[in-house]
Amino acid sequence: MTEMNIEHGIDRKIDRSHMKVSESDIAIQISGMNKWYGTFHVLRDIDLTVMRGERIVIAGPSGSGKSTLIRCINRLEEHQAGQIVVDGTELTSDLKNIDKVRSEVGMVFQHFNLFPHLTIMENLTLAPIWVRKVPKREAEETAMYFLEKVKIPEQAHKYPGQLSGGQQQRVAIARSLCMKPRIMLFDEPTSALDPEMIKEVLDTMIQLAEEGMTMLCVTHEMGFAQAVANRVIFMDQGQIVEQNEPKEFFNNPKNERTKLFLSQILGH
Amino acid sequence: MNNQVSYVRTQMLAQQPPPGREMGAVKWMRENLFAGPINSALTILGAAAVVWLIASAWPWLAASVWNASTLSECREIIAASWGEGHHGACWAVIKDRWQQYAFGFYPSDLYWRAILALGLLFFALTPVLFAANRRVANRVMGVVSLVVLAFVTVAEFRLIDPADAAAHSIWAAILTVTLVLAVLWAVHIFAPSKLIWFTAIYPGLGFWLLWGGSVWLPVVALAGFVIGWLAFRAAQPFGGPAQLVAMLLVPVLWWIYGAGVAADVLNRIIPFSIEAVGSDKFGGFVLAITIGVAGIALSLPFGIVLALGRQSNMFLVKALSVCFIEFIRGVPLITLLFTASLLLNYFLPPGTNFDIILRVIIMVTLFAAAYIAEVIRGGLAALPRGQYEAADALGLDYWKAQRLIILPQALKISIPGIVSTFIGMFKDTTLVVFVGLLDPLKGITDIVRASTDWKGIYWEPYIFVAAIFFIFNFSMSRYAMYLERKLKTDHR
Ligand SMILES: Nc1ncnc2c1ncn2[C@@H]1O[C@H](COP(=O)(O)OP(=O)(O)O)[C@@H](O)[C@H]1O
Ligand SMILES: [Mg+2]
Repeated sequence: MTEMNIEHGIDRKIDRSHMKVSESDIAIQISGMNKWYGTFHVLRDIDLTVMRGERIVIAGPSGSGKSTLIRCINRLEEHQAGQIVVDGTELTSDLKNIDKVRSEVGMVFQHFNLFPHLTIMENLTLAPIWVRKVPKREAEETAMYFLEKVKIPEQAHKYPGQLSGGQQQRVAIARSLCMKPRIMLFDEPTSALDPEMIKEVLDTMIQLAEEGMTMLCVTHEMGFAQAVANRVIFMDQGQIVEQNEPKEFFNNPKNERTKLFLSQILGH
Repeated sequence: MNNQVSYVRTQMLAQQPPPGREMGAVKWMRENLFAGPINSALTILGAAAVVWLIASAWPWLAASVWNASTLSECREIIAASWGEGHHGACWAVIKDRWQQYAFGFYPSDLYWRAILALGLLFFALTPVLFAANRRVANRVMGVVSLVVLAFVTVAEFRLIDPADAAAHSIWAAILTVTLVLAVLWAVHIFAPSKLIWFTAIYPGLGFWLLWGGSVWLPVVALAGFVIGWLAFRAAQPFGGPAQLVAMLLVPVLWWIYGAGVAADVLNRIIPFSIEAVGSDKFGGFVLAITIGVAGIALSLPFGIVLALGRQSNMFLVKALSVCFIEFIRGVPLITLLFTASLLLNYFLPPGTNFDIILRVIIMVTLFAAAYIAEVIRGGLAALPRGQYEAADALGLDYWKAQRLIILPQALKISIPGIVSTFIGMFKDTTLVVFVGLLDPLKGITDIVRASTDWKGIYWEPYIFVAAIFFIFNFSMSRYAMYLERKLKTDHR
């Protein structure tokens, strides 16, 4: 086990690539996973192992199954074949396992999905209070800690509708962090944002990466991928087509589809 | 220098007021009343219609008579004051008979119980309706307390029929009412959050005040809800739908088979009862409000359950909900009321004496619940899928997600539809006249018009009843608007 900062639930160590691989170092293990929407084979034979503290960026054309893949990891979508083991817990139809995994995995959505009828503070404390059974005072302290971390403590008593897109997305990140997750999933967190707000959200994510959070990010921000990812995965037509460390991935893509994709998004 | 491309502004322009014809009353009239030939014509036509209506009703209203004891006396007064052949309004009928409109044949020495029951309803509702607004809650409770005390005093000193007065103590009644109100105020002031317990017991208390009898009947009836909650908890290992079924089925079984026996036994051990009032004595607005309030209070939770059932993934739960909703919406309320009065007895265990008003309440509840379920389904459908996903991703289970995230938003969206259903239901309580109950609109009015004193009166009673219904329904509508404004947090 790595040393944990118990109070804030964040793994402090950043680089563990030199350490010996053992069971407890694996955060997510996906093997032979397949998924269909009706008859449409959306994910095909996915094999993916994510180590603790690893930062993975998933890229690929629209409709290639990136969202579906990461949504399978916290069971927002159900897979039909193969195995997904998150933090030692296999995802089956067993509700207990699903709850366990969901409480360890945080997720940030493209459209934030904040709860519009609750204040920012209530958004942040709701799950800790009702799921983790944390006393209200303590939950509010934790919430303030993370709001400061994402640099908007002064908005605590506003409603989501009063915040800008970038602020809302940072609140959404803070909301996930309040549950003290061991793994964070991001599904295109910046693609619904105006250009001037993208940076503030990426900065928050970079900060999180520096603290050693295990992260899976679906994003088209290739600058972010180059800066923080340990590994970039390229998906197309429901399959993992290529994966590599960022430098190699961008400078020396092997697969034709990868090359085409990179030329399209980096070409201008 | 004419076709110069580059340009740099050196001075920013200050804000200017809009031109005069774009402001104020003139602008409003031009835009809203006389925007074009058709609009202008409609405005003039509309104004003419209003003027005509007022002009034709005015002579009748102006010749209002408030003091007369029979219709013929009233007509004589009109003829004497405004001339032979002049038509006038005989409001004297309301002054003479308002008691009957309000209470039906409820014993006059027990009016105070009915008044108190209605007054306490507002105390029970304040923690729910004005939870976050103490100032409004204080005002509502203050007004209600004063009105209740005033009405009880009037009822005790002026309205008691000598035939009922034999063993009645005016001061005991007034003292009881004052004491109850005082206790509730004390709770409201010193432990406002505890007032919700009063809300919880109010259904039983209200029932007991209205019908009287042994205190144990409402107690065991209320216990049904506790039992339902326990069943809900006990079924937890079997998943959400099983919990739902347990929560609904167990209390119903308790009410049908267990409650009567339990009440009897308890009554034998500790007898405590007040004078009983039979359902045949209920009438007028006491009846309409009893049915309406009970129906509203019961149909909302039931409608929510039905709406969730209709959305369920479980085939059986979904199918049952859909069948129920479609069946109930597909038949006229009258059919259900006839069923309540005639057929329901066949389905119940023999020997059950099932009160007609309770039967009607059940039918009205089922009827409104089906509509409310559909209204709420609309609200649920309007929520983005992301709300469900965010709740799931945070690890909230089905019921917590529903209670904390989904329903608060879906209900908020559904407020206008829910209130429309409530208003419709309250007005539909007048249909109970067809199963022999004395609703204010036809039941009581027919009695009044059949009396020798007021034979031949026509408009006045209906206008009076309509006005009272309007006051109730308009208040509901205004409250809904207040609630919508208060809950508006999306700032769109
Ligand atoms: N709930 C669904 N039902 C049916 N098809 C879906 C559903 N969600 C996504 N799909 C399809 O699955 C494919 C992959 O979708 P998605 O994972 O969202 O792709 P990406 O995130 O890479 O753009 C797309 O073709 C999409 O149309
Ligand atoms: Mg996607």
